[in-house]
Amino acid sequence: MDFNFTQEQQQFSDALRRWVDKDYSFEARNKIVHSNKGVSDQAWATLVELGMTALPVPEEQGGFNGSAIDMMVVMQELGRGLVIEPYLATVMGAEFLKRAGSHDALLEQVASGELKLACALGERQARYDLFDNATTAQADGQGFKLNGTKTVVVHGAQADMLIVSTRTSGKQRDSDGISLFVVPLATAGVSVRDYRTIDCQRAADINFVDVKLPASALLGKLGAGWDMLDAVSDYGATLLCAEAVGAMDALSAATLEYLKTRQQFGVPIGKFQALQHRMAEMYMQLEQARSMATLAAVKVSSADVEERRRTVSAAKVKVGQAMKYVGQQAIQMHGGMGVTNELPAAHHFKRLTIIESMLGDTDHHLARFIAQPDFKKVA
Amino acid sequence: MDLTYSAEDSAFRDQVRAFLDANLPKDIQHKVLHHRRLSKEDLTRWHKIVAKQGWMATGWPVEYGGTGWTAVQRHIWEEECAQAGTPVTLPFGVMMVAPVIIAFGNEAQKRHYLPRILNFDDWWCQGYSEPGSGSDLASLKTRAERQGDHYIVNGQKTWTTLAQHADMIFCLVRTDTGARKQEGISFLLIDMKTPGITVRPIIMLDEEHEVNEVFFDNVKVPVQNLIGEENKGWTYAKYLLGHERTNIAAVGRSKRELTFLKRVALDQQKNGKPLLDDPLFAAKVANLEIELMALEITVLRVLSSESSKRGPGPEASLLKVKGTEIQQTLTELMLEAVGPYALPFDTDYLEGHHEHSVTEDDDAAPLAAHYFNFRKTSIYGGSNEIQKNIITQMILGL
Repeated sequence: MDFNFTQEQQQFSDALRRWVDKDYSFEARNKIVHSNKGVSDQAWATLVELGMTALPVPEEQGGFNGSAIDMMVVMQELGRGLVIEPYLATVMGAEFLKRAGSHDALLEQVASGELKLACALGERQARYDLFDNATTAQADGQGFKLNGTKTVVVHGAQADMLIVSTRTSGKQRDSDGISLFVVPLATAGVSVRDYRTIDCQRAADINFVDVKLPASALLGKLGAGWDMLDAVSDYGATLLCAEAVGAMDALSAATLEYLKTRQQFGVPIGKFQALQHRMAEMYMQLEQARSMATLAAVKVSSADVEERRRTVSAAKVKVGQAMKYVGQQAIQMHGGMGVTNELPAAHHFKRLTIIESMLGDTDHHLARFIAQPDFKKVA
Repeated sequence: MDLTYSAEDSAFRDQVRAFLDANLPKDIQHKVLHHRRLSKEDLTRWHKIVAKQGWMATGWPVEYGGTGWTAVQRHIWEEECAQAGTPVTLPFGVMMVAPVIIAFGNEAQKRHYLPRILNFDDWWCQGYSEPGSGSDLASLKTRAERQGDHYIVNGQKTWTTLAQHADMIFCLVRTDTGARKQEGISFLLIDMKTPGITVRPIIMLDEEHEVNEVFFDNVKVPVQNLIGEENKGWTYAKYLLGHERTNIAAVGRSKRELTFLKRVALDQQKNGKPLLDDPLFAAKVANLEIELMALEITVLRVLSSESSKRGPGPEASLLKVKGTEIQQTLTELMLEAVGPYALPFDTDYLEGHHEHSVTEDDDAAPLAAHYFNFRKTSIYGGSNEIQKNIITQMILGL
């Protein structure tokens, strides 16, 4: 049993932190937020240079074949550094390509940083049920014709290609009959409405009208996309948990520092027990969340699908509860400064709040945890 | 990052299981698994079995008879004991006074007491708390005055767990009233049969006689029963508190109790279906289960970062707070699960005087008492508020 990160993992964690400290300061990030694109080509180039885009890609396609634990290390640093580049969207997209197979050229482009991906999975009526798919792909000659609308696609407009979940057979809420396609954003019939998100990232609603796709655009088997979709969603949720742990680390450290320096009634406010005990609870919540984020990273690649679902959902629940507690208490203890837009702490709070609403919230995952057969096992 | 047990650890687990399977008496196991009360005889019998196996002292150095187990092996032992349903090891001798004797006692004290603790020849109890000294332990007032070869002890201890069975008590006593409150305290071992000692029961919420008041009226204690130096007792007491918190999270027992809770919730009906199918109740159970999953990993993280055998550092406070919150929520949900069957209270059944409870629902019968009993867990061993103070000072540096 060993809970340490390897020396190699520690090295790329350090490299990312050095980059954030030097070139991705809070002020630099603010400029990117308010730029037209909302992301930075220069920052992306650095992430590529540091090997971050190659990390999750298999060696055969020019990557480093990084594990979920490797990715946890990266996501923690991106969470700490409030990085808003389209990294998670691309990595999740790459996970689809990896699982589907036979798209090696695209994976090579991800590894080299030429290709950014986004995952168009959600729909207006679906909430967090990714099987709820009204977008259709109908057979059309040798290929397919896509119609429908995907909503709140994170970094949809900043991507070169989309992974789109569609229905090719069955009823709207069936898990059978789901097919996934890779669609270049520049295809005729694809229209994108790009907008800001409150945590300073970008998302888009994407409309597909009679979008013609070749047969080669299909990922995996026709109508059998659900298992892949469910697995990649778990992978994404695991990475979000890791990002959240990094963000909570930074937010807790900032709050502790504030308690030690802010003076009222002639003493640092950290001398007041009413605040001390909440800070102690923040510490405990964070450590419990870190344990679950770690467990999820270990189990997300498990061949035992029930174990994977159960563990990832448990992690998203625990991390969700911790994010709310740590986030709200941190803002409260920062006093008036906490509710301004001027401190990194406020932006960590916003990011944590939004992570709760991505890929299933606490209640969604609590229900999913309960639905796994293991929950009722008493023998 | 590797969360799997090594082959050696798995083999060790098998060995522990085989021992428990062959040696845990069925009648004792049945009482533990069904939340019934254990007698002095039950507890003594089990401790003697463990002693005979040579597994009593899991945290001592090998030269004194310790098992020499790693932190992970100790965890496995505790987890398997909990899963099987053994009584909880009485900590007062082997885990509390013994480490102090080993660290600060003289050769004669080590030779006399340690083998007796290893064999469970003496039943020890702890004389720390006083009516006016709870969380503020250093304010204790029980006096010990030197007269020739003896100390004369006067005063009162309280919350003394199972003192009614005890042969020996280790006490913090005041030997210098002039000094700063932490500096005038000494650590004394006292024979419970000494004239002048009176034990008075305190009956708790569940009507169980688990704790006592212990009165000292001119009790003569030989000076050779002093541990270490006079007036240095506070240092030894603090050292001991570090040992008290091994296995404080009680993850193994909580895992067993979670399964029990689910079994009860599958038996109980709500709206014509098992209670565990009720979304509101299921959500409470699931939240608890997830917190417990997290705590198990947190415990393993703390264990694997332990470099010495001294037990966890201030992170133990996190384990204590979260562990007891989980234990209390478990008892709360068990009580809730049985609905109106929380009402019947059958002490004769709990004491083992008849085989089945008055309503014949033996699962439900002890659960209300169990709930009330477990309110103590967030108060004893340093209240959870004191634990948060420790985190504040030792980890956060506030």
